Amino acid sequence: MPALIECRNLVKTYEMGDQVVHALNDVSLDIEAGEYVAIMGTSGSGKSTLMNLLGALDQPTSGQLRIAGEDVRALGPDAVSRFRNRTIGFVFQQFNLLPRTSALENAALPLIYSGLPHAERVKRSMARLEQVGLGERTDHHPAQLSGGQQQRVAIARGLVNDPKILLADEPTGALDTKTSKDIMAIFDQLNREGITVILVTHEQEVAEHARRQIVFRDGEIVEDRS
Amino acid sequence: MNALASLRVALTALRINALRSALAMLGVIIGVASVIVLVSISEGTKQAVEAQIASFGANLLIIRPGSSMFGGRRGGAGSADPMTDGDVEAIRTEIAGLAGVSGEVSAGTTLVFGGINWTSRIQGVNPDYFSARGWVIGEGRAFSGAEDVSGRRYVVVGQTIIQELFDGASPLGQSIRIGGQPFEVIGTLERKGETSWGQDQDDVVFAPLSTVRQRFGAGMRATVRDAVSTIYADIAPGESTSRVIEDIQDLLRIRREIQPGAEDDFAVGSLAEFIRARNETESQLGLLLAVGAGIVLLVGGIGIMNIMLVSVTERTREIGLRLAVGARRADVRNQFLIESIVLCVIGGLAGLVVGVGGTLIYAEVGQLDIVIDPVIVAIAIGASALVGVFFGLYPAHRASRLNPIDALRFE
Ligand SMILES: Nc1ncnc2c1ncn2[C@@H]1O[C@H](COP(=O)(O)OP(=O)(O)OP(=O)(O)O)[C@@H](O)[C@H]1O
Ligand SMILES: [Mg+2]
Repeated sequence: MPALIECRNLVKTYEMGDQVVHALNDVSLDIEAGEYVAIMGTSGSGKSTLMNLLGALDQPTSGQLRIAGEDVRALGPDAVSRFRNRTIGFVFQQFNLLPRTSALENAALPLIYSGLPHAERVKRSMARLEQVGLGERTDHHPAQLSGGQQQRVAIARGLVNDPKILLADEPTGALDTKTSKDIMAIFDQLNREGITVILVTHEQEVAEHARRQIVFRDGEIVEDRS
Repeated sequence: MNALASLRVALTALRINALRSALAMLGVIIGVASVIVLVSISEGTKQAVEAQIASFGANLLIIRPGSSMFGGRRGGAGSADPMTDGDVEAIRTEIAGLAGVSGEVSAGTTLVFGGINWTSRIQGVNPDYFSARGWVIGEGRAFSGAEDVSGRRYVVVGQTIIQELFDGASPLGQSIRIGGQPFEVIGTLERKGETSWGQDQDDVVFAPLSTVRQRFGAGMRATVRDAVSTIYADIAPGESTSRVIEDIQDLLRIRREIQPGAEDDFAVGSLAEFIRARNETESQLGLLLAVGAGIVLLVGGIGIMNIMLVSVTERTREIGLRLAVGARRADVRNQFLIESIVLCVIGGLAGLVVGVGGTLIYAEVGQLDIVIDPVIVAIAIGASALVGVFFGLYPAHRASRLNPIDALRFE
């Protein structure tokens, strides 16, 4: 059985005027279903670039990429949106919640694009908010929530479509140590329930939660230990 | 994403920026309101003109001595030979396509009933007069041709006379003294109301023409004993106005012995056409103003486009997020398009309320006739929706073309 994520010789270059930046340089990598992976490395080493490719938000310059059996490079823009909607959950460093919109509506956002009826959307996002411990605050707006609580809403949103893969680019980067621990406990729990979790972090403590750590330098994998 | 969900998202976004949304709508509100006010007023004026024409007699020709009909410079009505009973009779018998012909004479006089005096004019007319001038007999009857010839002292009175002399009670069979002589009321006329310049059209007393001429000396000249001041000819439905006018002109030139090539010393005019011509310029002005209001609506649309572009830029991260979690480009485009349409339609509805309110106030204050045409209302709302589509399309397209990564990274 093939791996959930298969990267073969991935290259991503950015052209800035006459300067070419090799953000990813010949990266090959397999991630199996149910893994818990932390990606580390110095700033500018290509972590976010890889996450964007794994999340099907961006296309590689060259190389092959299969996610959940799907050749992402062959998908058109609308098909890739559908693919993301069904397969991947995102958690961002800056939470990226819609302002002046309730936690419930924020968590339900992906379901709008799955074409689910309103009642079903409410039911599912409610369940996910309860799962991340925010069952009491579903009608609060982001401004009425702490950073940790906002990130919980964002995680609920990432989970609401029952994705196979949860991608989190520095999910604790904007949080204090205590809150980071709470958030990481949620990721641990989710991974125990079978979701593949891939996160980017600068902090060794955070990376320790994962069972596999991949270190990047200058667009290449320099360490991959389990 | 279905249309209902898109609508919900759009409404939420507009509510979040309520003040800005309201300001953005202002141009559309003003545009729609002014379209409605201007069109309603111009439509009202048009209908008032038609009502006026109908109250004068829609197919009425007026025949008078003098070369100009309506206050022209040359030859006043008094300088030429007057029209006579003979002219009335000749027109009646020789001109085809007329429903009725009547002469008219009049004299100022005082009416007395019981202890009440009322100063008015008594008008002597032939029986055709009533239908020609659009009068409807209320109670009783008009006088007959025979009664006209024999000079009976019968009168048909208007509603103002009934109000003033009889306090609104039926005057039928009552005898009133007019210029000191008793007249019997045999009929009443239904109300016509005021003209647009405020003249009471119901302050009228009609008697047979010969009666008024004999009893009041109206239309008696030293040389001509059977003059009438005006002849009214009612063109039968379906007849050509210009053909009838030409026939009457030919007839009168012969009767008045006007040499070929010489100018007419009389005039045959259609009041309806005169009034329509006078209002032509007014309705053109109305059209011009409506075009102006349409331009305001377009400018309002540019305001909408501006605010939508600002909104797209401000919400770049939101767009990136939506794309990341599964929105297709069409979903994003529709979201902003619907937002723009909703903005314009709400503006259009607000403009409708303001416009209808403004029109009603204008009508109340200015004592003007207005007509709020549901078709115009529908067009105004439809136009604002179109403005929403037209000016929302570009910002919406721009939003849908954003790349999710760049959008998410946007500060
Ligand atoms: N859109 C872009 N255009 C040009 N260069 C880019 C772009 N995105 C990333 N890069 C470059 O690619 C390289 C890798 O960037 P990336 O964002 O993947 O780093 P990172 O490991 O996530 O760093 P950090 O820890 O600071 O988030 C960097 O040199 C960066 O400048
Ligand atoms: Mg990064």
